[in-house]
Amino acid sequence: MRKLIFGLFIAVLPALGLAAGATVHLDEFESDHADKASLQRGAATFTNYCMGCHSMEYARYKRVSDDLEIPVELYEENLIFTGAKIGELMKNSMSKDMAADWFGAPPPDLTLETRLRGEAWVYSYLRGFYKDEARPLGVNNVVFPNVGMPHVLVGLQGLCAVKPNIGVSASVEPLSGNINNADVCPEYAIEGSMSGGEFDQAMYDLTNFMSYMADPVKLERERLGIFVLIFVAIFFVFAYLLNREYWKDVH
Amino acid sequence: MQKLINWVDERLPIVDAWNKHLGKYYAPKNFNVWYFFGSLAMLVLVNQLVTGIWLTMSYNPSAEGAFASVEYIMRDVEWGWLLRYLHSTGASAFFIVVYLHMFRGLMYGSYQKPRELIWIFGMLIYLVLMAEAFMGYLLPWGQMSYWGAQVIVNLFGAIPVIGEDLSLWIRGDYLISGITLNRFFALHVVALPIVLLGLVVLHILALHEVGSNNPDGIDIKKNKDENGIPKDGIPFHPYYTVHDLLGVGVFFFIFFIIVFFFPEMGGLFLEKPNFEPANALKTPAHIAPVWYFTPFYAMLRAVTVDLFGLPAKFWGVVVMGGAIAILFVLPWLDRSPVRSMRYKGWLSKISLAVFAVSFVVLGYLGLVPATEGRTMLAQVLTVVYFLYFILMPFYTRMEKTKPVPERVTG
Repeated sequence: MRKLIFGLFIAVLPALGLAAGATVHLDEFESDHADKASLQRGAATFTNYCMGCHSMEYARYKRVSDDLEIPVELYEENLIFTGAKIGELMKNSMSKDMAADWFGAPPPDLTLETRLRGEAWVYSYLRGFYKDEARPLGVNNVVFPNVGMPHVLVGLQGLCAVKPNIGVSASVEPLSGNINNADVCPEYAIEGSMSGGEFDQAMYDLTNFMSYMADPVKLERERLGIFVLIFVAIFFVFAYLLNREYWKDVH
Repeated sequence: MQKLINWVDERLPIVDAWNKHLGKYYAPKNFNVWYFFGSLAMLVLVNQLVTGIWLTMSYNPSAEGAFASVEYIMRDVEWGWLLRYLHSTGASAFFIVVYLHMFRGLMYGSYQKPRELIWIFGMLIYLVLMAEAFMGYLLPWGQMSYWGAQVIVNLFGAIPVIGEDLSLWIRGDYLISGITLNRFFALHVVALPIVLLGLVVLHILALHEVGSNNPDGIDIKKNKDENGIPKDGIPFHPYYTVHDLLGVGVFFFIFFIIVFFFPEMGGLFLEKPNFEPANALKTPAHIAPVWYFTPFYAMLRAVTVDLFGLPAKFWGVVVMGGAIAILFVLPWLDRSPVRSMRYKGWLSKISLAVFAVSFVVLGYLGLVPATEGRTMLAQVLTVVYFLYFILMPFYTRMEKTKPVPERVTG
């Protein structure tokens, strides 16, 4: 038993090293779960680029199809690759053990990722890859240094030759009219199929979709909340009048 | 209807009970806003019980299934998200109203003779509530659930000789595991709620035996009219039942704003690392207990010196336990001839204010990672916390009090 505990302790040590990592400034992000078009595009990107490795195993396809107003037939045809039925959980077919061999750690489930790390973190991370020959996969990430994940979206974004400007917002030079930092990446080693702006939009949609998946009831919850608060306010008015009626004979 | 009531009353004293506790329970008429929190605590208790029962119907108390079953409740169970947020927000709300309720007691001397037992039952409720909250927090089986429990249970390991075996006995395993989860579940949903309810009954029975205190700290039973009814008393029902409805309205308004719009409360009510399943091989960067434990956690961390051959951790546990234990003897520390802060001297007033501020600041310090400066501040505030109690017998006797009026004011 002692050996086991010691072994566990040793296994925890590298995590402690990671824990000491510095924090970076992130790009701002505001999700909009009412923007169905954005969520649909995000769902398409997630299914095509992420889901091969990352499951969303606490959510069901049917819920996504209903909430995002994607017809079931269309969804089954284009967005389910595993042959799962529409009512099933969104798992994938990658074996966790083999994935651990390939990447060092199995790719985490992403259902709750935006609630775990924050939307701004996910958005910045997705745009934070750059070329780094020192790493086994040739890429690194400014938000998550020495990450084990390859730059899956290299075909879309291209590969940034230098560290991208995460957390730096675009600005206009008042005299020349030049726009600075319009593109998160100042210099590309490989060109992608999207422009900087298009890629930012795609990553906004993807993060927005992940934010929706982490908290699918948010829109409905906030809609209901208004009615509940109105009800409580009306209740208070009656409670106040009732109280006044009774207490008028207390002196 | 009257016939039915008579029929039952001949066999069970329901009319008597109604009168004793509501219809003819005479409460002082000068309750202020601080007197809402007792009934609100009861309201939150009912909320926790009801939502808890429904959550239990869909929750799976196993290491393999717990995390997924919580997400199942959040996504697939009809209104499951609402039940869970009511329960998780209710847990924090419980501590908020209980802390305010306790502060009210400190302010108006509600623990003084003859209400010592009410105070002690109340403290026991607080203690059981902490155990209940701690065990409930393990159930979602997230990273913070797991590591929070790991840290707290390991505290018992600091006790000399029996410590290691004791924490092993509590966990039922060498690490927090599914076995721990199962026993915490049993304690959280069955054992502790029964104890809690029993204590609440005792708290209220003891209160209704001696009668409620009030912001003036006057004994209203000293001034009775020809019918034996206190001149400054009014029947609890209907006057305070309708009055408490106002408190319920305001409380629910704030409570539902959190439930529907900020259920995580920026990571205070639902901590971010808890959105990742428990992993025994991965320690979170910063382990912080939920906010309602943080004042005591800060005191635990404030103790950094080994003493008498025993480690600092042990003394930290002693300080933490002492901080709670000392509250139990409060009724015998206060030697003031008056109850209410309104008529106590400025020493008492300043002491209470300093105590309240140090408690809140300790709460903040327990929430953030420790630095050298923060630890020093926590050490100072821990001393202040204890001085409030230790010096109480002296400053309450030394100071000049104001004369207490015959009848209640305003």
